[in-house]
Amino acid sequence: MAVDLATVTRIAKLARLRLAPGEAEPLVAELNGILRWIEQLGEVDTAGVEPMAAVIPNHLRWRPDAVTDGGVAAAVLANAPASEAGFFAVPKVIE
Amino acid sequence: MSDAPFTIRGTTGDWEIVVGLEVHAQVTAKSKLFSGAATAFGAAPNTQVSLVDAAMPGMLPVLNGECVRQAVRTGLALDAEIHRISRFDRKNYFYADLPQGYQISQLYHPIVGEGHLDIEPEGEAPKRVGIERLHLEQDAGKSVHDAHPAMTFVDLNRSGCALMEIVSKPDIRSPAQAGAYVRALRSLLRYVGSCDGNMEEGSMRADVNVSVRRPGAAFGTRTETKNVNSVRFVMAAVEAEARRQVDVLEAGGTIVQETRLFDPDRMTTRPMRSKAAAHDYRYFPDPDLLPVELSETFVADCAASLPELPVAKRSRYVEALGLTPYDAAVLTAERETADWFEALLADLVRRTGKPATELAKPASNWVTGELFAVLKRTGGGIEASPVSPEGAAELLALVADRTLSGSLAKQVFEAMVETGDSAAAIVDARGLRQVSDTGAIDAAIAGILAANTDKIAEYRGGKDKLFGFFVGQTMRAMAGKADPAVVNDRLKTALAG
Amino acid sequence: MEWRDANRMTALTDLTLAAMRDGLRARSFSAAELAQAHIAAVEAARPLNAFIVETPDHALKAAAAADAALARGEAGPLAGVPLGIKDLFATEGVQTTAGSKILEGFVPPYESTVTAKLFAAGAGMLGKLNMDQFAMGSSNETSAFGEVVSPWRARQPDGALSNRVLVPGGSSGGSSAAVAARLCAGATGTDTGGSIRQPAAFTGIAGIKPTYGRCSRWGVVAFASSLDQAGPMTRDVRDCAILLQAMSGFDPKDATSLDAPVPDWEAALTGDLRGVRVGVPREYRLDGIDPEIAAMWDAGLAWVKDAGATVVDVSLPHTKYALPAYYIVAPAEASSNLARYDGVRYGLRVNEGGSLDAMYEATRAAGFGPEVKRRIMIGTYVLSAGFYDAYYRQAQKVRTLIARDFARAWESCDVLLTPTAPSAAFSPGDKADPLAMYLNDVFTVPSSLAGLPAMSVPAALTATGLPLGLQVIGRPLDEAGVLNAGFALERAAGFAARPERWW
Repeated sequence: MAVDLATVTRIAKLARLRLAPGEAEPLVAELNGILRWIEQLGEVDTAGVEPMAAVIPNHLRWRPDAVTDGGVAAAVLANAPASEAGFFAVPKVIE
Repeated sequence: MSDAPFTIRGTTGDWEIVVGLEVHAQVTAKSKLFSGAATAFGAAPNTQVSLVDAAMPGMLPVLNGECVRQAVRTGLALDAEIHRISRFDRKNYFYADLPQGYQISQLYHPIVGEGHLDIEPEGEAPKRVGIERLHLEQDAGKSVHDAHPAMTFVDLNRSGCALMEIVSKPDIRSPAQAGAYVRALRSLLRYVGSCDGNMEEGSMRADVNVSVRRPGAAFGTRTETKNVNSVRFVMAAVEAEARRQVDVLEAGGTIVQETRLFDPDRMTTRPMRSKAAAHDYRYFPDPDLLPVELSETFVADCAASLPELPVAKRSRYVEALGLTPYDAAVLTAERETADWFEALLADLVRRTGKPATELAKPASNWVTGELFAVLKRTGGGIEASPVSPEGAAELLALVADRTLSGSLAKQVFEAMVETGDSAAAIVDARGLRQVSDTGAIDAAIAGILAANTDKIAEYRGGKDKLFGFFVGQTMRAMAGKADPAVVNDRLKTALAG
Repeated sequence: MEWRDANRMTALTDLTLAAMRDGLRARSFSAAELAQAHIAAVEAARPLNAFIVETPDHALKAAAAADAALARGEAGPLAGVPLGIKDLFATEGVQTTAGSKILEGFVPPYESTVTAKLFAAGAGMLGKLNMDQFAMGSSNETSAFGEVVSPWRARQPDGALSNRVLVPGGSSGGSSAAVAARLCAGATGTDTGGSIRQPAAFTGIAGIKPTYGRCSRWGVVAFASSLDQAGPMTRDVRDCAILLQAMSGFDPKDATSLDAPVPDWEAALTGDLRGVRVGVPREYRLDGIDPEIAAMWDAGLAWVKDAGATVVDVSLPHTKYALPAYYIVAPAEASSNLARYDGVRYGLRVNEGGSLDAMYEATRAAGFGPEVKRRIMIGTYVLSAGFYDAYYRQAQKVRTLIARDFARAWESCDVLLTPTAPSAAFSPGDKADPLAMYLNDVFTVPSSLAGLPAMSVPAALTATGLPLGLQVIGRPLDEAGVLNAGFALERAAGFAARPERWW
């Protein structure tokens, strides 16, 4: 499954990475090289094999339903590039 | 009630509509799905946000067990398959109010599988709507677009609150069915206690999938109208979107599969601009979380914790209490109403020593008649009733033991609403006790008869209708307090001469 | 007097953690002296570019507290020990960047569980160690804050040190360089596909990646969640045991954390391998393996035999698929983990007055380096519609097979012995082709995929005087077995080489 320029552009868009002029073309070759290499996985017969769910056998623990966190708006906002009136501020979105 | 399928009449013929609903219901829990921040509504911005909810680097989710329990209880109430192993997946997309850049949801292995919900659409036959699945997921934060000319403000208080997404099968065929589905689901969730069903606060909202087709044809292309937040709007969105699609198709156009928004001012739908880009959510199992495993004991405990659900309750009211199906439906529509009625009935049984079967009917009549009239007037739900079930039981017990007549009971109830006093106190203070003492009634009758000798003659001459006149006169003389049965009895004897 | 002071300072920076601990308790020197000696070494070693941020105040404050605690006789196990902290660990009040521009200036209002444990044990922090950006890299060339320079230099045939710069390995290259250069006796590292073991091998130090789930990931900037594990990097195996013990333990804030007791690993170091079966995976004998690597491996097998072990041949048939599986799973998880760097809540924002999406794209384009972008692209692609089953799901199935290979191997052996890396340290730019760089992880990735404990121990020098490491891989939770085998190897190897100071 070789990727082309259009695919690279679409993937970059999905990943919200703006590609500078001339940046996409070399990526096409690079990604194709890497993808060709990882595609050897297709050789492996995995019929009846479950995908790995837990690296080391373990069980998901549940926490009790209690309010133990929050109330730290200042800490939450402290690193924000822009905030106003307790909100994060971003370029205006039109829905 | 019509069995004929709902259709939209176009210029080229009839169209059938096909609707599936994805209802997002906020799980009743004190803290969020994966963090210990509070979920309460209406707090100052970003005050109910943990570092996990704000997706700070290196923060990790830890599952709230109560949310799992509520999802399983809801699944059981929907008669659905409970998956003993489920998983959380990441749904990847970028949005200002989605701090992680992904929503933790359950695509591949939801916690609850297929089930069903019975609905009673207005003006249509009852219907069973299939449930496709129920899964747990995180809510997003809230974007405020209109507070600043150039900025959108983001509040993450809701970010990470637990939602149950309940997906119906595309079984719904009319706006009335869509409305009935949302009503029934809301009622069920409130019975179970897994969601408060508060649509105004956004605790419950629906994504409405609509397509149209010629009757019997294959499914058409559907659109999804997002975040519709009332039963009325769901019905309106179905109607408006189906109408729009018919118009497009009849004009030779095609339906584009897209996400739309409902405009409650115009009662129409419009395409959502911000999410116009093609979606590719790149779901994959969240590596920060392990599979959710449910033990048989846990599922059994969830089942044991369920209250009697509306359908079971209704049939019990009809079969065991002898109520009409209509009254049973009215009383069980909301858990609060049924609870109120049952508390009233239990107390009434206790006070009178009479069987519930005998008391249920008058109690039901009183609740759906007197009480509902007052609630309508005072404008509140039954939880805001000015009288308690015990207060009402005291009142109805006074009717049952003939201390009060029906009309006196009405007066006493009005006074209870007005003053907040108990029925007994009002009866005592105002002397509204029904008089059954034959001596007093006979004295009154004697007076009436003495003043109306001409009428007695007419009555005895065959003018039976005059009996009512004598009853009325006697009751008036007794200031309305006489026991009507005793009055009847004594009058008949007296007039018989 | 001055000469003696300088000597004493050098002596202090030569101490292992164990020696520091003992010396502090014996009051041979104070924690303040220890901190000052290391702070001076850090300042003098700036040409190595090992630290992104130096935090002498933190180290001094911890030292003062340690001296007070030592005086009271109630000091913690790491009281007064100055450590280096990889910049992937969130440190409260101290900039944490993961080696990326996109987090430049980010000051966490929280402390990672691992660093909190170290500080609670009495350790101080000398600074935040440079690293490959978001831990993606094997050479430290991807750091946005300049590459770390290895303290090691090759020796020319005439015996003189070459001027050619070498990489310290990666991604924990700041950690490996700092420990090798005696800027700190111990540092935290993280290992996703070899990021502790390979730099340890490149710089002649010891490093262990414990069983997945031993060290909490809470507060560690995520690269690939199902692979990331923190671990210590020190100059010897005993120090690895000491530091790992302080870093490990169940953390309810990490759902993948293991609720298992933390053994006394230091006490398990006997060097006695009698009854231990050491497995040699035949698939690791790659065609064209570097003869110096092969010789070191053979020497290692002889050493374990000398220590009483038996050597058995084992097969890990899916080994060749480990790297391709890793280069699907890790980028896929990374593409999602790195979505949060969007310029909204912290870190860099590039806003050119356009839409929200334009802000995202400009921010991420400016904030991420080329290798990070490459991996995000691969990860996004392999998860995109239509490819999930063929790539990600298949890779996770292959991962199951790789884990089964190991499980089968444990039926006939107790630990595995392999080289850590296929070569000694190379120079920046030597592996400009990303695939060539990825292949450097060939020996470390399989055990990462299976979540197994694995360590690198310095074992030999190349003809040009560069260190090589041996890797010991163990059963899940058998860090004790891994450390003890490492300890036996270390004793037999008698590795005493250290980089000659040129900086």
